[in-house]
Amino acid sequence: MRQYFGRKLLIYGLTFFMAVTINWMIPRFMPGDPVAGMLARARVTQPEAVEAMRAYYTNLFGFDLPIWKQYLNFWAALLHGDFGISVWVFPTPVSTVILGAVPYTLALMIPAVLLSWVVGNRLGAYAARRKLLDNSVLPIGYVLTAMPYMWLAVILAWGLGVVAGIFPVAGGYSFAMRPNWSWEFLGDLALHWTLPFASLFLVALGGWAIGMRNMIIYELESDYSNYLAALGAPQRLIRRYAFRNAVLPQITGLALQLGVLVAGALVTEIVFSYPGLGSLILKAIQNQDLFLLQGTFLFIVLGVLIANFIIDVVYVVVDPRTRAGMAGAAA
Amino acid sequence: MTTIDTALPQTPTAVRREALYFALRNGKLLVGLGVILILLGTAVIGPVLLGRAANDYVGLPMQSPSSEYWFGTNTFGQDIFVQFVYGLRTTFEVGALGGGIAAVIGMAVGFIAGYRGGMVDEVLNMLTNIILVIPTLAVLLIINAYLGIRSVGVQALFIGLTSWPWAARAIRAQTFSLRTRDFVDLARLSGMPSRKIILREIAPNMSSYLFMTFILLFGGSILIASSLDFIGLGPTEGVSLGLMLQNAHQWSALHLGLWWWFIPPGAGITAVVGALYVANVGLDEVFNPKLRET
Repeated sequence: MRQYFGRKLLIYGLTFFMAVTINWMIPRFMPGDPVAGMLARARVTQPEAVEAMRAYYTNLFGFDLPIWKQYLNFWAALLHGDFGISVWVFPTPVSTVILGAVPYTLALMIPAVLLSWVVGNRLGAYAARRKLLDNSVLPIGYVLTAMPYMWLAVILAWGLGVVAGIFPVAGGYSFAMRPNWSWEFLGDLALHWTLPFASLFLVALGGWAIGMRNMIIYELESDYSNYLAALGAPQRLIRRYAFRNAVLPQITGLALQLGVLVAGALVTEIVFSYPGLGSLILKAIQNQDLFLLQGTFLFIVLGVLIANFIIDVVYVVVDPRTRAGMAGAAA
Repeated sequence: MTTIDTALPQTPTAVRREALYFALRNGKLLVGLGVILILLGTAVIGPVLLGRAANDYVGLPMQSPSSEYWFGTNTFGQDIFVQFVYGLRTTFEVGALGGGIAAVIGMAVGFIAGYRGGMVDEVLNMLTNIILVIPTLAVLLIINAYLGIRSVGVQALFIGLTSWPWAARAIRAQTFSLRTRDFVDLARLSGMPSRKIILREIAPNMSSYLFMTFILLFGGSILIASSLDFIGLGPTEGVSLGLMLQNAHQWSALHLGLWWWFIPPGAGITAVVGALYVANVGLDEVFNPKLRET
């Protein structure tokens, strides 16, 4: 057990190390001079002002220090929780800006990911080897997983928001309201949450349903299923065993899909101007706020690593064989 | 002599003929391939026939679809059908280039790790796992944000460089199961160099699998590229389906009711990627007798 988690944690640690290193390297080793770029975008004409700004930015990145020292300083600042100052909402620290957006992204992603996984698995399991259901679930599933996340979001916003007028199409809550804990505000929050949630949920659903359907067909052809059928076990029992076996690869699949799901959540937020990390990234890009962008990147990597670790733990809890194997290896 | 002839059905031509037999009778493969070929044809020939640049201002703004402008015009008076055709071309380019680069890296890493084993495998496997965990889009966001001028080629290159890990993992597992087979041992005994064994003995035995991996990487690249375009980090020149969606969203096509601006690009991406996936399932059934429906 300890060896298994030790190995996993080593990989996650190395991943984080690499992510930070990439984050540090890109501004320094990409073609072009980021300081010159920022100065050009600021469109300042007075030479003195340009010089002052150049000195400021060079100092901010620490470009005047030797490379290894820049790298160590970068880590030191990071471990103090210092991601720099946002240019877009100057002079708020990047970490504050990000922490304000994270709850929205989590409130959108966690229910959408978990529900689409559960419902998709059920749907796929029911559809497998049932001609009528399979013929409808499979094509719909393929269309849904092939859809770009933002396209379904745009269509839902247009159909249910603009044309039908049922749901609001922008923002996390009405502009007329201030965040508070009244029922009215919470209801408004839920109304704004519905469409982004629905589009994330639907696109993810297709992939899970198809994956589960294929796994169930594979399991129903295996020896233990045939043996159970030969013993005269009812179909429902056989299917339940098949489901329990087929769910395991789907858990691994969830870990593999996390990156895609995060990407989907980001673009969905942009469509609905939902005030999470996705909209933050858009603002950062539009305002050339590269510190904010880099800080968001590290937050996303950190979130994905934590989620991966949780999935690892769940896998060990769900699959007794991993525990038995680990105990055997330890003994 | 005739008995021997019938007893040898596994010659390469026979295998190929068998695959072709099932391919021509597989509905999924034919439909998927048909859609892809139609769209690819449009993308290749379309721009030549249209004789216009993608972003020309051709007529009145905000025209709904008509016989002159098949998909209408946007708020700037650009012909959306022309943009769609050029965008389709970009989509195929990104898919082929990004998917191709990812497939090459994935195969190289997978084959070497799976065939060599031991320390080489440990290191490559570790690298694969690390890149597998990092969310691809987040890395691409930073890289593209710092690249001032962006082109389709560079975008595809970076997509290819970041999306290979799952392919490498799958190919490594397949190679692992093949490398202890008798024919590989025989090749090794006969003194064949490792590179040749991988290319001549191992790769051909999983060629269908490799091709399907490429198809999935192709579709994946298209989806990643469209997300990047939509966030505003697409190619700075030219047009792509993702850029069209971004423009439509940015210039509030939603609120103006210009549905012909945002429906076609998304439908184009969905059609290409969906057709690829369906064709992939069809191919799987052709190559894997267990999956064939009789």
